[in-house]
Amino acid sequence: MENNNLYNYILGIADNSLILGQRLGELCGHGPSLETDIACTNISLDLLGQVRSYYQYAAQLADDGRNEDTIAMMRPEREYVNVLLVEQPNTDFAYTMARQFLFDVYHFSFLTQLQNSADNTLAAIAKKSIKEVSYHLRFSSDWIKRLGDGTEESNKRIQNAINDLWTYTDELFHQTEADKQMISEGVGVDTSKLKEQYYNEVSSLLKEATLEVPESKYFQKGGKKGIHTEHMGYILAELQYMQRTYPNLTW
Amino acid sequence: MSEAQIKSLEEEFEARIARDEKIEPKDWMPEKYRKTHIRQMSQHAHSEIIGMLPEGNWITRAPSLRRKVALLAKVQDEGGHGLYLYSATETLGISRGEMFEQLHTGKAKYSSIFNYPAITWADIGAIGWLVDGAAIINQVALCGTSFGPYARAMVRICKEESFHQRQGYEIILKLTEGTPEQKAMAQDALNRFWWPALMMFGPRDDDSPNTAQSMKWKLKRKTNDELRQQFIDQTVPQAELIGLTIPDPDLKWNDEKGGYDYGDIDWDEFWQVVKGHGPCNKERMKARVAAWENGEWVRDAAMAYSEKQNFLRKQESRAV
Repeated sequence: MENNNLYNYILGIADNSLILGQRLGELCGHGPSLETDIACTNISLDLLGQVRSYYQYAAQLADDGRNEDTIAMMRPEREYVNVLLVEQPNTDFAYTMARQFLFDVYHFSFLTQLQNSADNTLAAIAKKSIKEVSYHLRFSSDWIKRLGDGTEESNKRIQNAINDLWTYTDELFHQTEADKQMISEGVGVDTSKLKEQYYNEVSSLLKEATLEVPESKYFQKGGKKGIHTEHMGYILAELQYMQRTYPNLTW
Repeated sequence: MSEAQIKSLEEEFEARIARDEKIEPKDWMPEKYRKTHIRQMSQHAHSEIIGMLPEGNWITRAPSLRRKVALLAKVQDEGGHGLYLYSATETLGISRGEMFEQLHTGKAKYSSIFNYPAITWADIGAIGWLVDGAAIINQVALCGTSFGPYARAMVRICKEESFHQRQGYEIILKLTEGTPEQKAMAQDALNRFWWPALMMFGPRDDDSPNTAQSMKWKLKRKTNDELRQQFIDQTVPQAELIGLTIPDPDLKWNDEKGGYDYGDIDWDEFWQVVKGHGPCNKERMKARVAAWENGEWVRDAAMAYSEKQNFLRKQESRAV
């Protein structure tokens, strides 16, 4: 394939939304209130809708019989390149919202830049997605504030969640070979330029929510190279169940 | 109020319904009317919410991205219907919390169909096709019911449900066009969901003591057996069209009545599930109760936060 870097770059974006969408999909019918239940399902729906556009584009580039579903569901675990953050479990509503918020801040600023991509298709997907993601960010930010400045218990729970997930934030800004190549061609977003703003925004909202900004400097990485946490296999077991059990069928 | 006064109010009330006027939440209504509506509308709302569970189970396992997205959208619609119906019921003077309490303690019922498991992908198709199909027949009849908020909710909900039904049928259709394994999956789902779907219309007319009153209030426009017949007559040709067999050896077209004759429904099974002993009654309830209990600290936090914000706003406006 001629444009392997672009293909890999697209997967790097789409896999994040796929796995996060999958995680949120687990919660359907189990939310703390009907409103949050519907909202989480809605965010999952948005993300998976975006995922379809990315993978359809990737399939078009691959031009070898792969389609959006085989790309999404038929890869071995080591070929998924999502960040570790999005595969973390729905331990409780605090973890779900912390994961969402830490991703949304990144996702929003990433898509803001991707709208200027030299690749017209990616720019168009970004323009369409950013409206949805600005809602995700508002939703998760509001919940960080509610939980942080709510009750003693909610404060403790959201602080724990933020502390635990903090270790996965740095990886959002790591760059793969494909990323570097795409940045140099004006297609990709130079995430190194987003990092400072990211931590500023996150910190300022955490403070507003009466939460402590974690100080740990120890970060986890690996997802972008396909080295995942132990959670990933279970996510894929469900995601791939039908495609693996009944290969090559249409549904 | 004297008995004579109440009687005259009641007469005027029944006359309004007979004239096809809508009853609105602030209008005077007999206590029995209020209670019957709370029962039926909350039961309807609960069914939407419980109904999210068997289908929600398949979101993470949907066979393609297109199906996954469509299923998410559908389940989200069901949640929306629940929200809408709870709000409509609240206009009768009961809170959502009280309705949940009734659900969780088993005082309030929900549609028994959701106590059957969704064990294959074809079941998601069968639920859309048969369960939503049956629900629409019930609900279209309710679009003209006498209580305004309920009638308006039904108009809106029916539009989405008919979309769901087509979507479910399309899932099944696709399976019947597929491999023998896929066809078998579709037939198996029809075999398991056919009879429970027929039970969704409730007991036979002879065993349905509230029908007369409900007809008068337009909470029912047709009897259980009439609606069931309508569903069968509508669904049998749909099954034939895609080469599936209705699992009823006694099913036969009856020219005289212009409808199908059908075999006996297993009413013992019906009552067993209604009384809480279906395949998934306990699981469904456990899932809902767990969601509610595990979410308590979240709801408390939201409430505490909102009170703090209100307090701050008041202080600010005082300072100005």
